[in-house]
Amino acid sequence: MLNAIETARITKYFDDITAVNNITLEVKAGELFGLLGPNGAGKTTLINLLSTMTAASKGSAAVWGYDVVKQASAVRRNIGVVFQDTTLDDRLTGRENLDLHGRFYGLDSKTRKSRIKEVLLLVGLYDRADAIVKTYSGGMMRRLEIARGLMHHPRVLFLDEPTLGLDPQTRRHIWEYIKTLNRKEGVTIVLTTHYMEEADNLCRRIAIIDCGKIVALNTPQILKNMLGGDVITLEVENPEDTGNLCKIYESNEIPSTISCNDKRIFITLKDGERRIPRVLALASDVRIPIQSVSLRKPTLDDVFLYHTGRAIRDEKEPGMAERVGYRLRSRRK
Amino acid sequence: MVKKALNTVYAMWLREMLRFSRSKSRIIGSLSTPLFFLVILGAGFSSSFEIRGGGMFDKSFLAPGLIGMSVLFSSIMGGVSIIWDREFGFLKEILIAPVSRFFVALGKAVGGVTTAMIQGTLIMIIAWLIGVEYVSIPGVLAAIGVMFVTGIGFIGLGISLATRIESHEGFQMVMSFLTMPLVLLSGAFFPISNLPAWMSYLVYANPLTYSVEALRFCLLGSSTIPLPESVAVIVLFALVMTGLGGNLFGKMRV
Repeated sequence: MLNAIETARITKYFDDITAVNNITLEVKAGELFGLLGPNGAGKTTLINLLSTMTAASKGSAAVWGYDVVKQASAVRRNIGVVFQDTTLDDRLTGRENLDLHGRFYGLDSKTRKSRIKEVLLLVGLYDRADAIVKTYSGGMMRRLEIARGLMHHPRVLFLDEPTLGLDPQTRRHIWEYIKTLNRKEGVTIVLTTHYMEEADNLCRRIAIIDCGKIVALNTPQILKNMLGGDVITLEVENPEDTGNLCKIYESNEIPSTISCNDKRIFITLKDGERRIPRVLALASDVRIPIQSVSLRKPTLDDVFLYHTGRAIRDEKEPGMAERVGYRLRSRRK
Repeated sequence: MVKKALNTVYAMWLREMLRFSRSKSRIIGSLSTPLFFLVILGAGFSSSFEIRGGGMFDKSFLAPGLIGMSVLFSSIMGGVSIIWDREFGFLKEILIAPVSRFFVALGKAVGGVTTAMIQGTLIMIIAWLIGVEYVSIPGVLAAIGVMFVTGIGFIGLGISLATRIESHEGFQMVMSFLTMPLVLLSGAFFPISNLPAWMSYLVYANPLTYSVEALRFCLLGSSTIPLPESVAVIVLFALVMTGLGGNLFGKMRV
């Protein structure tokens, strides 16, 4: 089976920033693939590289067998892209937007007409087709953009943060549409997101991206299983104690993986609920006060944390030095 | 290949027309400025001045200049509107499509020039209704041709500028530092035969001067610059600007 996307050590520099760093990746035809990472991780740049919007600094990529640089035009015919920000003409109606798109992709008038109906029905906008886009809600605009991306029967559809800024209910609707079109149209879908639930819910495989690199790639289930169990989160009163306590846990008899972040320590282990007493006892032995303790079954959040040393939704972006620090401290046992 | 190019041009033109037909206030707004000039300046000037060497300095003299002005405004606007397409995102939709950038720019230009010609023609008709007399019907048709060539040139200029301007604040700069001097130094409001030397250089370096002169010849039957010369200049200007605009747009990044 043909791979829908193949990249070979693709890299993109912006001035002194490496937005995409040596990414080698394969996405199979028909797959629903997710790129998961925080803002600024390089997801959008990667999509731009694959959709021929940006030229790579190094390395290469092929979409549906076509090189994104040498055969850009063939790539463009075979992909649909829904960008993060809207790219609709809001003075035109939904139907007119789709019709123009069809013209740009060389569809004849009969095909355009029938295809417009098909894609509008698919995203549930058929009855609003002749309203001016300006009057659409955010969710409707996103659905119209997805419909437009599908107009010309692309082999691969890129969705850059398809549910960004939408309310939870609308988000679930969009998920349903995405799943439906992956199934009904058989189109390969690559989506980026920084919502864990989205990646978990939708994607067959996900690549976790941080600082321009893929840090993990697998099905959500396997990624979660790889963590080796539940996560106990401890919060200490003094951030200075974090390091010491980490060392204590690292050198004791419990088989676990430790990582920490400011005031919090994350201990990943099997059978978490039975281990909590021992974990707390170790802390009280060295008289380090614990503020809180919690136990969670692993989610993709933990997978992310495990691979990058920080939570995906951390408000403050840690500087490079801090980040390296986290990596050094979070090591497997 | 040719069919594909034509499709692209047509799709871009269609979009401009759809947008134009929905912005009635814009049409009225852009007609009002030249009409105020025509009626008020025309009446005011004709009561006070007479052109040296005969001829009245009145609304008939002003009409070709104001048609030129309106074509200039709407065509530069049409080109520079790529800034809006970029800000509101639609530009990405065009740039990701498997179509030639050059024909996208050309379609944009043809769309813009159509709106510019509609506005120029409307002013021409209104001027006629309020008493400006044109020499002949072929002259009127030729004037529409002049509007077309002029429009293409200034849209090319607008597109070239849009590829260099980062934001819509920059757009304000263009409007005040480019269009006003172009209009004022074009002979739209005064005869260009007896100007001080410094100003004469500027006027003769201004492509709009040749448009206004060509319009004046077509509509009123006489002009300071001979028709072949003015037509040659505006055609050359249109070709150069189309090449430049198409080229810069081709290299444009979002």
